Order: sequence, then structure tokens, then C-alpha cells
Amino acid sequence: MDLVETYQEQLRFARKPLSRALLIALLAVLTALPWWAPGYWLSHGALVWLFALGIVGQNLLIGYAGQISFGQAGFLAVGAYAFGHLRIAGAPFPLALIAAGLAAGFLGWLVGFPSLRLKGPYLAIATLGFGTAVYQIFTNVSVLSGGHAGLALPALGIPAGLSRDAFLYLLFFALFLLFTALAYNLVSSYVGRAFVAIRDSDIAAEAMGVNLARYKLLAFALSSFYTGVHGALLAQFLGHLEPQSFSIEQTITIFVAVIVGGLASIEGSVFGAAFAILVPAVFGGFRWAVPVLFGGAILLTMIFEPLGLAGLWIKTRLYFRLWPFR
Amino acid sequence: MDRFLQYALAGLSGGSLYALVALGLVLIYRSARVLNFAHGDIATLGTFVAFTVVTRGLPMSLGLPLAILAGAVVAVVFYFGALVPAQRKGANALGSVILTFGLSLVLQGFTVWGWGAEPDRLPFPLSDTKVWKIGPVFVSELAAGTLAAAAAASLLLFFLTQRTRLGLAMRATSENLAAAQTLGIPTRGVLAFAWGTAAALAVIAGVFLAPALLLDPFFMLDPLFKGLAAAVLGGMNSLPGAVVGGLLLGIAESLTGAYLAIEFKTTMAFVLIVAVLLVRPEGLLGREFQERV
Repeated sequence: MDLVETYQEQLRFARKPLSRALLIALLAVLTALPWWAPGYWLSHGALVWLFALGIVGQNLLIGYAGQISFGQAGFLAVGAYAFGHLRIAGAPFPLALIAAGLAAGFLGWLVGFPSLRLKGPYLAIATLGFGTAVYQIFTNVSVLSGGHAGLALPALGIPAGLSRDAFLYLLFFALFLLFTALAYNLVSSYVGRAFVAIRDSDIAAEAMGVNLARYKLLAFALSSFYTGVHGALLAQFLGHLEPQSFSIEQTITIFVAVIVGGLASIEGSVFGAAFAILVPAVFGGFRWAVPVLFGGAILLTMIFEPLGLAGLWIKTRLYFRLWPFR
Repeated sequence: MDRFLQYALAGLSGGSLYALVALGLVLIYRSARVLNFAHGDIATLGTFVAFTVVTRGLPMSLGLPLAILAGAVVAVVFYFGALVPAQRKGANALGSVILTFGLSLVLQGFTVWGWGAEPDRLPFPLSDTKVWKIGPVFVSELAAGTLAAAAAASLLLFFLTQRTRLGLAMRATSENLAAAQTLGIPTRGVLAFAWGTAAALAVIAGVFLAPALLLDPFFMLDPLFKGLAAAVLGGMNSLPGAVVGGLLLGIAESLTGAYLAIEFKTTMAFVLIVAVLLVRPEGLLGREFQERV
């Protein structure tokens, strides 16, 4: 078996030459997707990447820091509308994207304050209340939501030789890689270990010198930042915003993706995002099938494989590492 | 003043149903430390069972018991089929909450599959157009029936938990699971009974809510949130707290709708909850469980 001997080694993405080669091959195949996949799958691929970005963020909060939050739809809406209004005001894409993330992150920081005093179910209700409040505000205040007509976003300038879907796919993929690398580094640093310590026992973590207030607020702010960016990219993808896109269903989908993908796992976030996007894409024709599949996946995950798809992935890898001896 | 009384009464009648939902949630949280997100969907399923019975021309007095039975069976099956195996595998509180969330989605899907997503109207023996004038306020037959049913169910639950041996076993189990097991209390059975009872309370709330709202597979979503909020407001481990929380929430909501802004009715309810929680994190009547590291 391979032993991790130094901290530097622990921080490396892929430690062995073979896994590095496989990773590069996988990235190459995924980057080249616009040139070999049919258009229908391309737009779903774009959705998967933007969704995975948001799930990585929520996994920081739910999986790593262990704070149950049901306010995702609210942060998503704030990110999307901040992005939308800035783009309409003429801000360039990167600036609007960062600003959307910061707006949601700031709000997440504010919402994090109750988390200093509330735990478990109490926190879930408080964040649920936040999500509902944001939804109601956006549905009722037409200055923010653009009224009945909704908010139409200016399209991005598309480089020559690419279709809109292909461009969005590549853009989202690049952003996903960037934000995932950041999150990956974060969770293998002191901050990530502080999150895990808080999740496993906040009292013990505090006794060990983890500043609870700082790290809980940081977890909320960071995850909301990611969800804000997710919302902004979703806005860009949809091209048209209306408050109905940010109902409780978004929260449910994000939550399902986090759980089914695997709590406290970056790879799992991608699997979860793919699950949550592709299941409705395949079974969308039957309205009853999607909740049954989502719920069934959650039940099976929690009963048989609490680490989710990421757990299955680890087991598969272990199997092949020892293959054919076992 | 009459207007105030009228709205307060409307809030009281709505709040009594929130109280029923909250009682079920608290009953489960107290005994199993699980926040049950499937509560609303169990109620929805039960209400649809009642709907099927009543539209076949049978009386509501048959439909309600059957509905309660259906809800209780689902809850008990979930307890033995999902929660117990998961907890054997070491699922923690977060894992159990997530399981109930999964059940909620599954039930929702099956309800859509079985009864369709279009809204129906539940034929109900009590009408909300027939009103009596008592002093300065008007009381509809439905509101009076709702209040009476909620009061009866709460009282029955009170007698069950405080005056019977089974209730004593339930309280012992919720106080200290390991000690209760050591004393020979069949804790699995007691917990399963708590799940069934909670589901019964949810179904009663659902059946009485359905005539005022339209019956569709998602109609319990909002009442579930209100019930959760009421339970949190009163304190998640206090049964009287659930009743107080439900009634307060109902009145606050109704008065907000009357005097401030009807669109922000729900938001105001949640703002109230967050304000209370920031001052008393364990709820109005709750007593937070002490925790060992």
C-alpha cells in the first residue's frame, strides 16, 4: 500500500503516475466533449459543471462543517439577481460573477450568525426561513425581480468557431476546475480540518482551540459564495430570470446532490451534481419518477453506503488496486 | 377590536392545526432525536386515502380512521425498514434527518403517481360557509370543528404520555434510551409506536386542512414548514411548547396578514421564529438536552 509520508505529499492531487495519467486523460476527454458529443448532452454537461461548482460549496458547509442548511435557494437567487442586475448595468462578466459571489457570501455570513447559537433542527428551520423569505421578497418586489416580464440578461460574446452551448460548457468547466481546486486545497488545510472538527463535535473542537465563531461563519460565507457563483452561472445559462426558478425545489435538488454524491467529498460533489442533473433529464417525462428516484437514492445511500457515490468510487478503486488478488 | 378578535380567532383555528403538526414532530424529535421532514408527506398520503374513501361514497367516519391507519403504517414501516438498519450502520442525527427527507421525496412521488398532480376538493362533512355569530365574531362550522378536533387530539396525547404505562415508557425512552433498555422497556416497539402516533396526528391535521385548501400532492408543504416553525418556537422537546408555539404562530400569522402585508405572512412567521431563537435558542418552553463530549 502507499504511505503518505510528508504533508506535501498529502496535498498532491494525484500521487501516483498512473492516476495522474488517468486524470489528465479524463480532463482531456471532458475538455474535448464539445467536439464529439451531441448538442443535447452538451447543454446538460454545462449544467452539470455549474451545478457541481455549487455542490462543492455546499459540501463545504453540509459535508465538512456539518451544518444543515436549507437556505440554498435563497443564496442562489441572490447570486443570480446580483449577477443579472450588474450585467444589465454593463459590468463585465468576471466582475459581475465575483460580485454575485460576494453578495451571496456576505448574506451567508449574516445568516451564519444564528448558527453560532442554533444547532441541528433549529438551524435547519432558521435557514429554511431565510430561503422562504428571499423567495417571497423576489416574488413580491418587482424592482428586484423585473416584474412579470422577468429579467433578461445580455448574452456573452461568443468566440468564433464555437456554438453557444460549447462555449458555455467550456467556460463552466474551466470555472468548475478553478473553484474545485480552491476547495480541494481549502479542505486539506487547517481550515478544512477545523470544519471537520466542528462537525464531529463542536464542543471538543472549541476545547482544542478552534475558534467556533470564526470557522462557522467562514463555512457559511464560503458555501454561500460558491452558491452565489452557481446562481450567477445559472442566470447566464438560462438567459432569463424569474423568481419561480428559485423555489424550494432548487434547495431539494442541491441537498439531494450533496447527499447522494457523498458528504465531505469533492469528487462526490461532481457525481452528485451529475446525478441530480441527469436523472431529471432522462426521467423528466414522468413527473412522479424524479422525486421517487431522488428519495430512493437518498434512502439507499443512507442505509447501504453512507458515503454516497464517492464511497462506491473509493471501494471500486480499492478493488482495482488489489486486482486480481483478493 | 372586532376585526382584531375575528382575525385572532381565524389564527387560533389555523394555529391549532399547526399545533397538531408540531406535536407530531416534537413527539418524534423527543423520542428519537430525529427531525421528521416526511411528516407532511405522510399527512398528504393519509389525506388522499381519506379522499379515495369519501369519493367512493363511504362516510368520513370510515375515511378518517383508514387514513390514520395508512399514515401510521407508512411511518412504522419506515422506522423498521429504513431508520433501524441505518442506525445499526451507525447513522447519526444528520443521517436520520436525511433519511426522513428521502422518505418525503419518495412519498411525494408516489402520491403524484397514484392520485395525479391536479388539485382536488375533499368532500368534508363540515362546511366553512355555514357560520354562527358568537358575540362580536363569526365562527364557521369548519373552524369550530378544527379547533375541537385539535383540542381532542392534544388532550388524548396528553393522557397517553402522562397517564398511561405506555406513556411512561415513552417518556423513559426519550429521557435515556440506554437506561430504558436496561430496565427492560422494549424501546424499538415504543419508538415505533411514537412514529405511528405522530403520523396519526399529522393525518388528522391534513384531513382538517384539506377542506380549507385544495388537495394536491404538495398541499402539506406550507403547513409542514409552519409546524416545524411552531415546534421550534415552542421548543423541540416540549409537547406543551408545540401547542403554545402553534397557536402563537397561527395568531401572529393571521394578524400579520390582517394589519401588515398579506404577501409577507409566511416571511413574518419565520422572522418571528428567528427573533425568538436568537433570544432563547431552546425555544419558549424547551429545555435543551445536555450534551457530553
